[in-house]
Amino acid sequence: MSATGVRTQSTPRILGAALVTAVVVVFLSVKLGTFRDYQIAEIAIEVTAVAGLTVLTGLSGQISLGNGAFMAIGAYTTALLLLHFASWPFYAVLVAAAVVTAAAGAVVGMAAARLRGPYLAGATLLLSVALPSVANAYPGTFGGDQGLNVVFTAPGFLGVNFPLTRWQAWVCSAVALVTLVLLANLSRSRVGRNWRAVRDDEVAAALAGVNVARARVLAFVVSATCAGLAGALLAAVTALVAPGAFTITLSIALLTAAVIGGLGTLAGAVCGSLLIVLVPTYATDVATSHGLSTAVASNIPVAAYGVVLILVMLVFPQGIAGGLRWLLGLAGFSAVRARRPATAPGPAPPAGTAPPAGTAPPAGPPPAGPGPIGSGPASQHDALLARKGDTPESHEKEDPQ
Amino acid sequence: MVEFLQFTLSGISFGMIYAAIALSLVLIWRGTRLLNFAQGGMAMFTTYIALEVIRHTGSYWAGFAVALAAGLVLGAAAELAVIRPTLGKPELNAVIVTIGLLILIEGVAGIMYGGQFRSFPAAFSVVGLKAGSTPLGVSRADVFVAAAVLAAALLLATGFRYTSVGLRMRAAAFNATVARLSGVRVARVITVGWALAGLLGALAGVLVSPSTFVYPNSMDSVFVLGFTAAVIGGLDSPAGAVVGGLLLGVALSYAGGYLGSQGSDLTALVALGILVVVLMFRPDGIFTAGRMRRV
Repeated sequence: MSATGVRTQSTPRILGAALVTAVVVVFLSVKLGTFRDYQIAEIAIEVTAVAGLTVLTGLSGQISLGNGAFMAIGAYTTALLLLHFASWPFYAVLVAAAVVTAAAGAVVGMAAARLRGPYLAGATLLLSVALPSVANAYPGTFGGDQGLNVVFTAPGFLGVNFPLTRWQAWVCSAVALVTLVLLANLSRSRVGRNWRAVRDDEVAAALAGVNVARARVLAFVVSATCAGLAGALLAAVTALVAPGAFTITLSIALLTAAVIGGLGTLAGAVCGSLLIVLVPTYATDVATSHGLSTAVASNIPVAAYGVVLILVMLVFPQGIAGGLRWLLGLAGFSAVRARRPATAPGPAPPAGTAPPAGTAPPAGPPPAGPGPIGSGPASQHDALLARKGDTPESHEKEDPQ
Repeated sequence: MVEFLQFTLSGISFGMIYAAIALSLVLIWRGTRLLNFAQGGMAMFTTYIALEVIRHTGSYWAGFAVALAAGLVLGAAAELAVIRPTLGKPELNAVIVTIGLLILIEGVAGIMYGGQFRSFPAAFSVVGLKAGSTPLGVSRADVFVAAAVLAAALLLATGFRYTSVGLRMRAAAFNATVARLSGVRVARVITVGWALAGLLGALAGVLVSPSTFVYPNSMDSVFVLGFTAAVIGGLDSPAGAVVGGLLLGVALSYAGGYLGSQGSDLTALVALGILVVVLMFRPDGIFTAGRMRRV
């Protein structure tokens, strides 16, 4: 549903939001200390990866627990390039990392094109466990358990006293914002509409002339590229690429951030990333300041994080972004409310088998949903990713042709 | 040849542990169409409970029984407390709730027991068995592992086939709406399924812990391989879970045995290779009848 939020943004509004965010980030990075700079970079990296995953899982309907593996590919590409071609500028390394992970995404996407739901989840989960172990098996190339060191410095024109962490925060935020702008445009384009069509009903999408296989593989490529960029940034910020950074926990955290923020929406990707990065840090601060023993103090954040995940999912079924929109709606912001599509699943069969884009769509019911979010009857889809709320009429509504 | 026999037998022993986790996932999948990522975490916690009981009573079997009972209770409690409220919400929400549950359980275990590795006793002697003078590569404990999981699987299969609870569970898994109309309390059946899954997970935890030690993340890799086994076999098929577990266990045993030290690093890669090959030919697992969706 909240994909609507992305869709109804016009390009100037997207660019404006990105610009405002950039100004805020620069202001914060100058005002706050080194540790907060590091956190800004961390959040930006998380946003880049989660935004790619939310497009894959939320828009094209393919679950992936393997995006941590793509991050590893991006990070190792960066480390190896900087090691062997030290003269390359960082933006060239970023582009190379993106290209390599895009290729990897194409391969995985093609292998995954026939898999659905839990089978896809299982295959991608194992990918994210298996790939980092390659680094252990070939220590000569990948540095084994110790990993590879990465040298990343601030450019000379900023002066010698310019803090490196601030430069890292700027670079990461810039990449994250560019990624978000591109993804927002992609999601509004024909490509994005094809993804949603494939997600909602593959057979109907194919009947309507969408190349299902190509749409699914393309979603994997886009998602992998984002993860690869995030991995490259991670390498630059942590100055070390080792298998221990790309555990099963990382891949699971990415999916968690996407769902908990609000699946399929870029605003949700940002909210989820903030929560994933900030809650454990905050809980650690609280625990250590109360002088608890280390075993307790280091595990209270873990337990609290688990509780937060469960509670958010139970209280805000549409994620944090959906919950915020609902709260704003309660507060009477009619503009926000008007953007919300109807929650009850509409007459799906006619919408699903609608003629291909180009013919005039039938007028759908008004998009304003009267009930609270999630009040519609349970979806009967057996697909793991079937989501209610994103009704077919919202797709017809935005067909521009 | 002797080596081959040894690798096969020890692979079967490990494979049966993956099969137990896979079976527990299949039980939950059939009832709720949900992957329970907390399965490994719950098993880890019940193993800690077993460890406490063994320490206080000195009896392995008391710990064994308490762990299974705790698994039963934990499974049912998880379903009632956090899974049932996700019904009717987007399906990935329930998955994230199980991930939250996993993280919560691991955090609580860390608070209560700390992070250090604890050894766990085996049920029987771990000295390798011999046929005449050739070592078989397995011990009495390994034989017990395979036998215990096999017994649990056979008991479950018998229960499904010959008891009224089993009939109700099969009906609910086949078609919840029709089962409900015929008077089956589907919600209660699902709770029973979660309880049985918790029991199987607890069994796997107690059986695998002598070789992995017990710590808050001890079941993570076992869970991943159990999940893989379930996917290979087909998530709808209990028989597939056992076959998938055995296939995976034996293949990984060969990889570890014949490829040397590099083989043990590449365990997950070998498992991925098997998974990819199986899913290439059977996208819904070996034992699930595929559904055609084509224009």
